[in-house]
Amino acid sequence: MPPIVHGSKPKNARGALRRLLSYITRYRLPLFAALALSFISNILALLGPSLAGSAINEAAAGAGRVNFSQVWYFASRMLVCYVSSSLITIAINVVMMHVSKRIAQNLRTDIFEKLLRLPVGFFDRNAAGDIISRASYDVDVISTSLGTDIVQILTSTVTVVGSLVMMLIISPPLSAVVLVTIPVSVGYAVWMRRKTRPRFARRSKSYGAMNGFVEEMFSGQKTIQAYAYEEHANARFEQVNGTAADAYYDADYYGCTIGPTMGAINNVSLGLVSMLGAVLYMTGGVTLGQISSFVLYSRRFSGPINEIANMINDIFSALSAAERIFDLLDQEEEGADLPDARTLARVRGDVALSHVAFGYTPGKTVLKDLTLKADAGKLIAIVGPTGAGKTTIINLLMRFYDPSAGQITVDGTDIRRFTRSSLRAAYAMVLQDTWVFRGTIFENIAYGKDGATMEEVVAAAKAAHIHSFILRLPEGYQTVISEDGGNISKGQKQMLTIARAMLYDAHMLILDEATSNVDTGTERQIQAAMRRLMQGKTCFVIAHRLSTIRHADCILVVRQGDVVEQGTHEELMKAKGFYHQLYAAQFE
Amino acid sequence: MKLIVRYMKRYLRLTVFSVGLKLMATLTELMIPYVMEHLLDKVAPQKNIPAALLWGLLMVALALLARFFNVNANRTSVRVSKECAYEIRRDLFRKSLTLSGTQTDRVGLPSLTSRMTADSYNVQNFIRSIQTMGIRAPIMLVGGIAITLTMDVGLASILCVMAPVMIVVIVAVSMRGIPLYGGVQKSVDDIVRIMRENITGIRVVKALSREAHESRRFGAVNAEMARRDRKAGVVMALPGPLITLALNVGLTLVVIIGARRVNAGVTQPGVILAFLTYFNMILMGVMGLNRIFMMMSKANASANRIQEVIDAEEELVRIPECDAAAPSRPGCIVFDHVSFAYTGKTQEEQLALKDIDFALPQGGSLGIIGPTGCGKTTIINLLMRFYDATKGAVFVDGRDVRAWDVSALRRRFGVVFQNDAVFADTLSENIGFGRKVDLEQIEKAAAEAQALDFIDQYEDRFEHRSDIRGANFSGGQRQRLLLSRALAGAPDILVLDDASSALDYRTDARLRQAIRENHRRTTTVIIAQRVSSVMHLDHILMLDDGRILGQGSHEELLRTCPSYAEIYQTQMGEEEA
Repeated sequence: MPPIVHGSKPKNARGALRRLLSYITRYRLPLFAALALSFISNILALLGPSLAGSAINEAAAGAGRVNFSQVWYFASRMLVCYVSSSLITIAINVVMMHVSKRIAQNLRTDIFEKLLRLPVGFFDRNAAGDIISRASYDVDVISTSLGTDIVQILTSTVTVVGSLVMMLIISPPLSAVVLVTIPVSVGYAVWMRRKTRPRFARRSKSYGAMNGFVEEMFSGQKTIQAYAYEEHANARFEQVNGTAADAYYDADYYGCTIGPTMGAINNVSLGLVSMLGAVLYMTGGVTLGQISSFVLYSRRFSGPINEIANMINDIFSALSAAERIFDLLDQEEEGADLPDARTLARVRGDVALSHVAFGYTPGKTVLKDLTLKADAGKLIAIVGPTGAGKTTIINLLMRFYDPSAGQITVDGTDIRRFTRSSLRAAYAMVLQDTWVFRGTIFENIAYGKDGATMEEVVAAAKAAHIHSFILRLPEGYQTVISEDGGNISKGQKQMLTIARAMLYDAHMLILDEATSNVDTGTERQIQAAMRRLMQGKTCFVIAHRLSTIRHADCILVVRQGDVVEQGTHEELMKAKGFYHQLYAAQFE
Repeated sequence: MKLIVRYMKRYLRLTVFSVGLKLMATLTELMIPYVMEHLLDKVAPQKNIPAALLWGLLMVALALLARFFNVNANRTSVRVSKECAYEIRRDLFRKSLTLSGTQTDRVGLPSLTSRMTADSYNVQNFIRSIQTMGIRAPIMLVGGIAITLTMDVGLASILCVMAPVMIVVIVAVSMRGIPLYGGVQKSVDDIVRIMRENITGIRVVKALSREAHESRRFGAVNAEMARRDRKAGVVMALPGPLITLALNVGLTLVVIIGARRVNAGVTQPGVILAFLTYFNMILMGVMGLNRIFMMMSKANASANRIQEVIDAEEELVRIPECDAAAPSRPGCIVFDHVSFAYTGKTQEEQLALKDIDFALPQGGSLGIIGPTGCGKTTIINLLMRFYDATKGAVFVDGRDVRAWDVSALRRRFGVVFQNDAVFADTLSENIGFGRKVDLEQIEKAAAEAQALDFIDQYEDRFEHRSDIRGANFSGGQRQRLLLSRALAGAPDILVLDDASSALDYRTDARLRQAIRENHRRTTTVIIAQRVSSVMHLDHILMLDDGRILGQGSHEELLRTCPSYAEIYQTQMGEEEA
């Protein structure tokens, strides 16, 4: 995958940490157990080199003079320490894996539940990809970091401190060497990180830009070929590609020296320890076994120091991921229903809008002053040019948005006095953007009606003229279709949603370009079914093809947020106004 | 792998240089414990302090020398991987733009993009690592074992037993773990899918009050994801501690057996210490090899995917004039009994076009109408040679399209595709699109396309920038930009595939009028859903299921083609018909 930005810094690390802790503390028991175990395991691992040194000391007695019971004594303890330390480490890993994945699961659940509570407007403003990346990528960053970093930090700290203590115990003079080389390597690591970070950030950015460019060009591949634009595209890519390659070289030219340098500092330290150790050995200040232990301890040292630096980076990444998640979780939810909100039941279907004004963003009104009345059982058509505010009216009727002025009533009551769910349940709708999910055809049609029987579903499918098509599918009603509807056409998808609406028996109906993807022949066939669907219901119909709404009881002509004309088809044609123009334009 | 070799060969000298440096670096590092052993076993007992200092300084010098070699080796390898990746990406991009429609379909656009990004990145990483870790790890392993063998064969045999054990552990766990991660990936896909479904369908979910149902659906997938993730995580958490365990058990054995051998007088105590250091090196060698193998399998898959594109045979080659078909009749555009299948197979049910036969004179206008998926766009695909006809031949200006130079052929066209692309660039670049057109022509085209009124609203007018995919424009504005692009080159042939669906009737009508008046000599092909968009054209094809149901002028079709008359009636209302 493309590289990840190094050390993106959270804005409010403390706040993010505090909230993340509330997720973590739910598992404090296993967590503390793991931490305690990890402490024990590290201490055990630390004893190893010391015991090894003691055993070597016994061996150093020379040929024929080795005390084997002593060697066995130390060696068996060494073995016990190492084996139990490794087994405990495995246990810790398992526990941490459980805890971190459980936390990830909880985070994902909370995100999803939040999504369901957010107002529709949120999804109009935010890209789906961005929301999804928080639930997948960001959660993953956090759980990976939790699963390893907490234990690692403890392990590294215990190892560093413990090794240092052991080295001091074994030989203070030898420790002097390490006390010089450690700060040097820590200082170097910090300095290099500071120096390389902007370079790696630049590298990530230029790769991101390259990926974006490639994606754009490839999606326009046919256009590029059609206009013989290939050479221009190649020339532009050469630039983008070159920038990325240079940024990579620049960052890694520096980055690739870190490993060898840390290794060299380590080896220099080894050389100095051996040299000083040999001198001390000659003067009787230290035994060979002690040098051995010392070397083993100093080897354990360099790893953790480097790791701690890496982990701090990881933790910061995790915190900024957490910040993005909490930012989502803090989004304002759809307002609560009024405390005395009623359930809308026994709907008659009189809908009225009076002086309604609305804009998606403040200062940009879409609807200025809309007044209309739809009596029960009437068919109201809304026509007008693209962007005139037709779909907005639907959004307000369903309370996906609330108007900024004026009021909407159903059966004479302001819709804000009803619970949202009961208000929405009073409408069936078929939208231009047909929506199916991955599931069987049966599930897709039955969506919205709990416990729908096969007979009901088949009846609805028949009414929507899709029954025979379904039967031709390999598994009939049990055929699985997918989100992008790859295995069925757009028109068939739309007919499925029509069947869904037919099954969902509501008193009011919204059709937003419901048949735009159905070809004209089929559209005629389902007209009859649609008329049956509309029978006795208050219907709001938005249509591009003006012929489909000629029989409406009332046609509203919307233009730039205002109803400029309203009346029946005949009346409007006689008036020779905007509707007449729109209608005539069809035949120009 | 072949691909990687091919590109690395171009930097053979640099690669040899970098490998050589790494070799020296690793050998230098291997000498350090050797010197240490000598210092502690031979020099120390002699109580010769100057000699001890000298040997100690030698260790320091070796450490610094190793760094020098390592750093330069790494830098050279970064250089090689940079150059190779640059060239691979360049060639891949170049090739991707010339793929035929069939080839693009086979690969798929998302996959093509990921070959360009993720795959090239994998290859780049591998090229770099093979020169560094790929050299270092085996030498550490083999060299470590070799040196320990020279020091003490008996002790070294412990290593010879432990190393394979460690390798087996790593390989076994990886083999079990990698498929588990495949399962995790599937769960991630499920999570993403349900989220996406809920985001795109939020209106439906809320309208039907299905929140609780969706919660349960997500909960199930989420729990499954956590379960798989845990399982994979647990398996992959094993090799680390297990290898450490193997190493430490080995160490203990070295101590025990070493003590015996010291007692027997066949070895020195310092050797035990040196062994402990070599053990570490060998362990790093094993781990490094493991990583190299993992990387190699990943990079190999990536390289193959890249190679498949780079080495794809050019499909739309120009055929010599003598092999080209001769047109059966004159005309600017002629389809001569053309059949076509995207799959290349000729069975009836595979065909997207069946026996398409028509001719259009220069300056004439053609309308194509029919239900979704009936093959309207396919006709354009053949006309502009994105695909080759399976049967029959297509002619432009009396010449078989296969005998045209593809660029020359396409340059005659101005085209707007369905869902065509607006690029992240200035409006003038989007309209001019690499052709030699001046601002005046661009303005004229924009005016004809009815785009001038909204472009004029921007202070920087044609220097205004579009976002990626034209996201900062409405659907109608985008279509008008695309129309401007198609008109700007004063094309011989204008092709509009559902190019005005987001325009209201009036704008559409004005656009058609502008085209009629200003591009009189231009041959026009218009694909539309609405009868009103094509009814005034000279010639109309009524298509259904890949077949021409009827063709002729509007009046002729009304008389001769019942399905056309039917569409007309439904769209226009009965009384006008």
